[in-house]
Amino acid sequence: MSKELIRLQRCTMAFDGDVVLNNIDLEIRDKEFLTLLGPSGCGKTTTLRIIGGFTAPTSGDVFFDGARINDLPPHKRNVNTVFQKYALFTHLDVFENIAFGLRQMRPKLTRDEISRRVFEMLEIVSLRGFEKRDVSRLSGGQQQRVAIARALVPRPRVLLLDEPLGALDLRLRKDMQNELKRIQQAMDITFIYVTHDQEEALAMSDSVVVMDGGEILQIGKPEDIYNEPKNAFVADFIGESNIVDGVMICDGTVEIFGRRFECLDKGFARDEPVDVVIRPEDIDIVPLGDGMLTGTVTNITFKGVHYDIIVDFKGFKWLIQTTDISPVGGRIGIRIDPDGIHVMSKSKYSGMFGDYSSYSAEYDEISDATVEAEPGDAREEGYEE
Amino acid sequence: MRNNGAVHGAFRSAAMRFFSPRALAAPYVVWMAAFVVAPIVFVVIYAFTAGDGAFTVGNFAEMGRFVGVFARSFWLALISTAVCLALGYPAAYILARESGRVQRAAVVLIMLPMWMNFLLRTYAWMSILERNGLLNRLLGALGIAPLDIIYTPAAVVIGMVYNFLPFMVLPIYSVIAKIDRSLIEAAADLGAAPRAVFTRVIAPLSLPGVLSGVTMVFVPAVSTFVISKLLGGGKEILLGDLIEMQFRGAAYNPRLGSAISLVMMVIVIVFMYFMNRFGEGEEGVAIL
Ligand SMILES: Nc1ncnc2c1ncn2[C@@H]1O[C@H](COP(=O)(O)OP(=O)(O)O)[C@@H](O)[C@H]1O
Ligand SMILES: [Mg+2]
Repeated sequence: MSKELIRLQRCTMAFDGDVVLNNIDLEIRDKEFLTLLGPSGCGKTTTLRIIGGFTAPTSGDVFFDGARINDLPPHKRNVNTVFQKYALFTHLDVFENIAFGLRQMRPKLTRDEISRRVFEMLEIVSLRGFEKRDVSRLSGGQQQRVAIARALVPRPRVLLLDEPLGALDLRLRKDMQNELKRIQQAMDITFIYVTHDQEEALAMSDSVVVMDGGEILQIGKPEDIYNEPKNAFVADFIGESNIVDGVMICDGTVEIFGRRFECLDKGFARDEPVDVVIRPEDIDIVPLGDGMLTGTVTNITFKGVHYDIIVDFKGFKWLIQTTDISPVGGRIGIRIDPDGIHVMSKSKYSGMFGDYSSYSAEYDEISDATVEAEPGDAREEGYEE
Repeated sequence: MRNNGAVHGAFRSAAMRFFSPRALAAPYVVWMAAFVVAPIVFVVIYAFTAGDGAFTVGNFAEMGRFVGVFARSFWLALISTAVCLALGYPAAYILARESGRVQRAAVVLIMLPMWMNFLLRTYAWMSILERNGLLNRLLGALGIAPLDIIYTPAAVVIGMVYNFLPFMVLPIYSVIAKIDRSLIEAAADLGAAPRAVFTRVIAPLSLPGVLSGVTMVFVPAVSTFVISKLLGGGKEILLGDLIEMQFRGAAYNPRLGSAISLVMMVIVIVFMYFMNRFGEGEEGVAIL
């Protein structure tokens, strides 16, 4: 693994006594694609602004390449930003927007050098032929690419991107995700990327930093964050999860709904109350008699590749993703393999997530927008004798 | 019920006809015709006719004597505009970066003198700049020799700057205050030191405000007559004084006065045309 490039050490940010970043520690390695992921208002932009130098933390230190840079102004940092609303210079054309950073370089670059590098960058972001255009006459996607080109052309060590694809439609967003990943690898520099879209984060990143309420909840590779979320918030924010109360009987055995399940988790205290995550795709539907649990199908939604099925286990509703259709009202059995069960310690988020009782077809749009606190009742007695 | 509705509808359509946007504009159109268009037509007719009503360009030929007055007027207006810009731009710039409360208070303070009578303000400057006025008494108290400012071009410039400065500050301020902060951050982010942020981003983006400020100061400055009369002492007359003399003074000659007015109007229109051309490409010249 490459060496550390940026480190935030015990950084706290408060506006008028209002703490928006609470004592965060973050280490960013050279040339990695790191994503800050979290709901709106959790402090992602503030973290990025501290790294860019637009604000200094109320307390704590920022290091770049080992040197403390708390008081280094933005124009002296080897870090460039793609701003959330692009912030293109409306009085300059596309060429001059991209050339802006090059013209600030000392010693001065020659005209030919500037022109060469701008055109090279226009090529990379596929905007050849647009150099004389007014930026206000570009589409959102094109403005986006000008903003990226402008930030990349001075060859910074780090590129900060604040929800750069947020304003684009789904199709364009997917294309740009691949494009950005390709550019990051081609330029071989560090990207620090901000998004509230978990799919985007998983698809693009080397490391994902999950944030909520000014705190970092978990840092890890996308697979690790997905497979081994640290608490109910992370489990719910990263993809769909059924989260139920359980009791850790001993290493390798957890009790849910009064039933013992085999799992791979260990290291918990005997009989410790825990949160258990079961991903919808890890649940197999089996004939009634073979089921570990049996329940009633209450809702089916066709999703293209699979069906989303809501199954009622005596009041507690689970989401199951399956390619087999089961009629509404039908009774089914389910099986969960040991590696489909993930056990987490209780946290302040316990009981707030992972319940599909109020399921509606729009749940996936709602789920990553706001935190819905659900009282954790109706959780016992979901099992069948 | 139906009947009622029909009556109501008829009344409404009549009312609509009466109050249609076109009809509503009528009073203004009449006003414009009577007090703007008609005077201009008269000025043109007067300028091109002799005493007997015959067409002539003699009135313009006669103006040759006043080349000096033209030059002086434009020169003083230019200096006043430059001073207003030099004082007004930094003021507007600093103001635009203050907090909302400070900004609102300052804008009121800047406008406050404009609510006072123009003559009163100018008389006040007379009593400041006079031989035994406030300024010289202050200088005397400090042991400095008195200044002879009153009745000099300098006094005229001071008077113009004082009176027209708000027209420079306010448009520039309103344009700078609207500049998106993220543009300034983007410039710094791309390596621009504070100086370069100003010259490469803030200055060009505030150009529309500067253009409208310059226009709003230069045009009244070039045609003023009270300020030059009171503070300049009438020694060195300006265009405004010259025109006034042709209509009211001993040198009564409204045809010559009209010709001078016409030439001045044309020069001002050409000036404004070039200012607007200059400012094209920007997002429209800001009007206060
Ligand atoms: N300049 C500021 N003054 C006051 N509060 C701010 C300021 N900037 C951000 N905040 C607050 O800090 C919190 C985190 O904001 P932000 O970092 O923009 O969140 P995110 O980018 O994750 O949506 C929000 O509650 C926001 O209202
Ligand atoms: Mg944000």
